[in-house]
Amino acid sequence: MSDTVDVAARVEPAPAGRPSRGLARRIGEAFLRRREASVLVVAVALGVYFASASEAFLTQPNLVNIAQATAPVAIIAAGMVLVLVNGEIDLSVAAVFALAPFNMHYLVDYYHVPILLAIVLALAISAFIGFVNGFITVFFRVPSFVTTLGTAYIVIGLVLVTSHAYPAPIPDAATETIRHWFGDSDWAHLSWSLLIVAAFHVLLTSTRWGLHTIAVGGNPLGATEAGIRAGRIKIGNFMMVATLGGFAGILDAFRINTIDPNLGGGFGIMFTAVSAAVIGGTALAGGSGTVIGAALGALVLAELQDGMNLIGISANPYFIILGVAIIVSMIANVYLSRLRRAGRT
Amino acid sequence: MASDGEALRVEHVAKRFGGVTALRDVNLRLARGEVLGLIGDNGAGKSTLIKIICGFHQPDAGKLFVNGEAVVLKSVDHARGLGIDTVYQDLALVNELSVYHNMFLNRELVRWPLLGNRRMKRLAREHLEDMGVNIPSVEDEVAKLSGGQRQAIAVARSVYSDARILLLDEPLAAMGAKEGALILDLVRDLKARGDVSVIIIAHNYGQILEVCDRINLLQHGEITFDKPTSETSVQELTDLVVAEYRAARTQRLRPDPGSNAQPTPRR
Repeated sequence: MSDTVDVAARVEPAPAGRPSRGLARRIGEAFLRRREASVLVVAVALGVYFASASEAFLTQPNLVNIAQATAPVAIIAAGMVLVLVNGEIDLSVAAVFALAPFNMHYLVDYYHVPILLAIVLALAISAFIGFVNGFITVFFRVPSFVTTLGTAYIVIGLVLVTSHAYPAPIPDAATETIRHWFGDSDWAHLSWSLLIVAAFHVLLTSTRWGLHTIAVGGNPLGATEAGIRAGRIKIGNFMMVATLGGFAGILDAFRINTIDPNLGGGFGIMFTAVSAAVIGGTALAGGSGTVIGAALGALVLAELQDGMNLIGISANPYFIILGVAIIVSMIANVYLSRLRRAGRT
Repeated sequence: MASDGEALRVEHVAKRFGGVTALRDVNLRLARGEVLGLIGDNGAGKSTLIKIICGFHQPDAGKLFVNGEAVVLKSVDHARGLGIDTVYQDLALVNELSVYHNMFLNRELVRWPLLGNRRMKRLAREHLEDMGVNIPSVEDEVAKLSGGQRQAIAVARSVYSDARILLLDEPLAAMGAKEGALILDLVRDLKARGDVSVIIIAHNYGQILEVCDRINLLQHGEITFDKPTSETSVQELTDLVVAEYRAARTQRLRPDPGSNAQPTPRR
């Protein structure tokens, strides 16, 4: 951050030897630069407010509730951010979320595949759906909104046809330990999500893959001219979000201890993940986004829903607040990035 | 000014797109360390010629020689491997990335699995200083920079990636006087290094005459004029292009018997 001060000092011919600016000012600047910071403030403020309004908010069972509501959204959003940074979107991830636990169930109970291998295969099938999404989008130049709308309905249909629209139990082959590790314990969800969010944050910000993802979304032509294979990057990111969707679905199935064809709500959890990403500071235009911001966005949404329940407001206004939050954060995003570009931060 | 050795030679290159002849018969020579100005009206075939030299298009006829050796360029990557690089008008810079990430785009230094950011920053800073490009910080997003600075970074990036033949596609378009001067200085510095040959495509004759060793005029898919800068002037070049415009106008009025009886597309 010392650079920023440096830049500003060079741009404005400030009187020499001027002392560095006040702490408050620098913190303010840090907030403008780090999009995650403003979401963090909102998340903390909401926590403080609900904690003061309801004694139940900070109890362990409630914190577990919030963690379990946040985690699947944060996991999906981690992948969704990469796709959004690419300038694409994946509407089918909620459908994959529902399909993956069924695939695990079919493999174990009909094909006698060992449970861990079945989970891996279910994730591989999820990845394959992501591959199809990416392939159609890249090679047939179908907008990903349309491609994944199509695959979303196909996958929802597959779930309903193969399950006859009936829920299935978690396979008996799943031992206590496995259930424990994959979601049937208080903090399994949270641990997985923290791990995944951290990994994807590093992937986006500190690896070639992440850099190329930003480049492909920010300047597709330029990235291609630099020799980056944009198609490969996009397909890879579609595969990642689908795999994460499948994984989150398996976790959730273990948590509720049943495999439900309506898991993920058709499109529901996908839109929640996109909302979390947007609230967290990811622009849908491509080129910029933050995984940690999206996770914080997921936390904010979970807090809102949980807190409003606790303090006895009907859950209905939740959607109004969600809608306002999405639009306000998008406006803030656009405004802040303009400020940043103008070099005033 | 031309040092010994030839960087690039284009012999009898022709290119058609469907019924439209973009290049008829182009002959061009670029000496090592030379700065060649390529001028011509819109549609004269400048872009096509550049795209052939950088490996994007393959010519229908004719040959390319790089460092005296005949080559058939299969792709942009192939050409780049031979040291031919283009700085496009759209610059191929990614606004959302920092200057140093742009400098190393797709050639990133990696400490697996992470990026070697510290080394890239240092090398980018050194290289830009070396080339006399002044920017506040290599960590700034490219979007913050002016058009001239962006162009300079694009050129610096090409040179850094070992480009020996640099094609600058209208580097001065849409650029203020001060910005333009920045680019011209950069080209002068390159010339002083002596190991990079440059082809500048331009509209503004006055400015490129300042830095070019030689001027070629491309008209109707042929090089019709080739003189050292010292033997020509803005006036002469302008006259030539205006004469071309007059000729083209007459041609449009009288159908050209040689052009497949199709009306010449408006250029």
